[in-house]
Amino acid sequence: MKSSIEELTLSLTGNKLGRRINIMEVCGTHTMAISRYGLRQLIPETINLISGPGCPVCVTPAVDIDLILEITKQYEVSLFTFGDMLRVPGTESSLYLKKAEGRDINICYSPLDALDYARENPDRKVIFLAIGFETTIPLTAVIVKRAYLEKINNFYIFNTHKLIPEALELLANDKEIKINAFLCPGHVSAIIGSEPYRFLADRYKIPCVISGFEPEDILQSLVMILEQIKKETPEIEIQYKRVVREEGNPSAVKLIYEIFDKSDSTWRGLGSIPGSGLKLKEKFSGFDARIRFPVKKIKSAEPAGCECGNVLKGIKKPFECRLFSKTCRPESPVGPCMVSSEGSCAAYYKYERELKNIKI
Amino acid sequence: MTIYKNSQNKKINKRFDDKIIQLSHGDGGIKTGELITNLLLGYFGNEVLNKLEDSAVISCSGHKIAYTTDSFVVDPIFFPGGDIGKLSICGTINDLVTTGCVPTALSLSFIIEEGFTVPDFKKILSSIKNTINDNELRIVTGDTKVVGKGSADKIFINTSGIGIINKNIELSPRRIKAGDKILINGGIAEHGIAILGSRKEFNFKSSIKSDCAPLSSLVTDMLSVSKKIHALRDVTRGGLASILFEMSGASGHSINIYENEIPIKKEVLGICQFLGLDPLYIANEGKMVVFVDNKDTDRVLLAMKKNEYGKDSRIIGEVTEKYEKSDTGKKSDKGNVILITRLGTIRTLDLQYCEQLPRIC
Repeated sequence: MKSSIEELTLSLTGNKLGRRINIMEVCGTHTMAISRYGLRQLIPETINLISGPGCPVCVTPAVDIDLILEITKQYEVSLFTFGDMLRVPGTESSLYLKKAEGRDINICYSPLDALDYARENPDRKVIFLAIGFETTIPLTAVIVKRAYLEKINNFYIFNTHKLIPEALELLANDKEIKINAFLCPGHVSAIIGSEPYRFLADRYKIPCVISGFEPEDILQSLVMILEQIKKETPEIEIQYKRVVREEGNPSAVKLIYEIFDKSDSTWRGLGSIPGSGLKLKEKFSGFDARIRFPVKKIKSAEPAGCECGNVLKGIKKPFECRLFSKTCRPESPVGPCMVSSEGSCAAYYKYERELKNIKI
Repeated sequence: MTIYKNSQNKKINKRFDDKIIQLSHGDGGIKTGELITNLLLGYFGNEVLNKLEDSAVISCSGHKIAYTTDSFVVDPIFFPGGDIGKLSICGTINDLVTTGCVPTALSLSFIIEEGFTVPDFKKILSSIKNTINDNELRIVTGDTKVVGKGSADKIFINTSGIGIINKNIELSPRRIKAGDKILINGGIAEHGIAILGSRKEFNFKSSIKSDCAPLSSLVTDMLSVSKKIHALRDVTRGGLASILFEMSGASGHSINIYENEIPIKKEVLGICQFLGLDPLYIANEGKMVVFVDNKDTDRVLLAMKKNEYGKDSRIIGEVTEKYEKSDTGKKSDKGNVILITRLGTIRTLDLQYCEQLPRIC
């Protein structure tokens, strides 16, 4: 295996396919790493890296933010969620601003913190805003199971969990995007393994490589993708072997489906995708904040002029949004892709927006 | 007071549209800059305050006096490597000595929450006493307020200080010129990571201690070997990246920084990677960046390395071209802080735009 940056770069520039290829990095952590390490400066222009929908905060639709804001307005609840979620703009406001106004909204670093708080404060109704892909779903499953076993009856989850392979199928079918290969997420794959992507190679003939997050990992995965394209042998390869096994983590997957059933889910930018979400099984529905705290239907709208939807599908680059770095900046984000530490607009803004002006 | 100055924004945008104060208004990043430049300077701006340096320099009966103030709200109040008391003294000393002055007198004020225990208070007082004794300083004035339970969190401290600057010394970002080398006196991000590791919500153990330290002797040692030190800056809230960005703006120069040269402990880097934090934006409390004429770099570096707070000093970058300031705000006129990554690629360093960790100092 080649490993040094120089060798990998040489291998990429030397591998002439004679055409431009679109490689989608599905995961937001990959997008960040590519921007942060300036990897676009090392690869030939014929390799077009496009960001995918793998940023959980970014694909959460405005309606979910609006709903949870409404719940915290109408009911006396303590809300816990991960930091990134706070600043995502809903139609009118964000959790961050409502927290500053005094609503009981808290950042936690593990879902267990929310459950602990519920246990220690039986008089409070505690909601965990559960967000994320297959990487974080097992953690939510653990706390729901614990809450069930311990009969904690003041704890709820507002579930926005989503599943990656189903979204990739939608993108593979999309005629506008023309994805030639997927750089598949490392952490998600540590849970689900490589098999759930099999259909991409078999049915859609799209090469996939599950990649780690160091610059060497990403470059090596690109080399592996080019090899597959050249040989016309699409398959699901694992570059991130130090973490990902073919079978993934079966006990984590088992736990997920012990607590949840698959359901349809709406993704910002991609719309409703069949089977791409999860809902609590009947047995656990008492923990469902959407059922326990009903709110009237609210008018939600994605922000005007925001191209997050097209950015998430890889149709547009962040630079091509007319709000980018003008009205939409990290300190005053219009769309979620500028908020999240894994969002592609944030990555481009933070690390790449000035580069064209720099000579060194 | 570490606050940012962005000469470009200052000209374009004088409005402050936020309706409520948010945590990010206090993180030393973009929002803090907006609060200070667009709101506070609107009320109080004058030729001294407008410089927004760590300490103000004022003339008084033929003397040059450095004057600064700082408030401390760190949570928890006791942390590995220090406590809120030591921090409040070191913070003010370090702000003062960026002017090259000899600190002479400090003020000390407390806001204490009802119910705070006297043994804890005494612990803080001893720590303050030890720090001022070590630095041959005196507290010459102070104040104490107690507020009801819940109106403050345990204890908040404000300190201010003055020092006298030798008339031959002038340190200021305006003296920075192309070719200057940029040095730092040791590993970054240790204070922030130590605070984070001592908070209960982060469930991890580390051996990282805060770098909280008074840097007056370090500055004295540097100034004794070179007359060509152009500027110093205390690297605190907002981290190394924010401070370099401010210095670029204040000096009108671009800066190149080499990622490979930035000192950072392996464990600190590991924790940052694990938690998704960028160490360049994590707070320090005993770090100084030094801008020195290329000719004197070696002797200043040597002097720093000999000091107990500068053993791991390194040259981390250099000042490149001067850029023309203009009123148009065109991008080409703006200086950049450029990080040359370990891969040899480049990226820009920006101000922090959202607090990574509140109540860090």
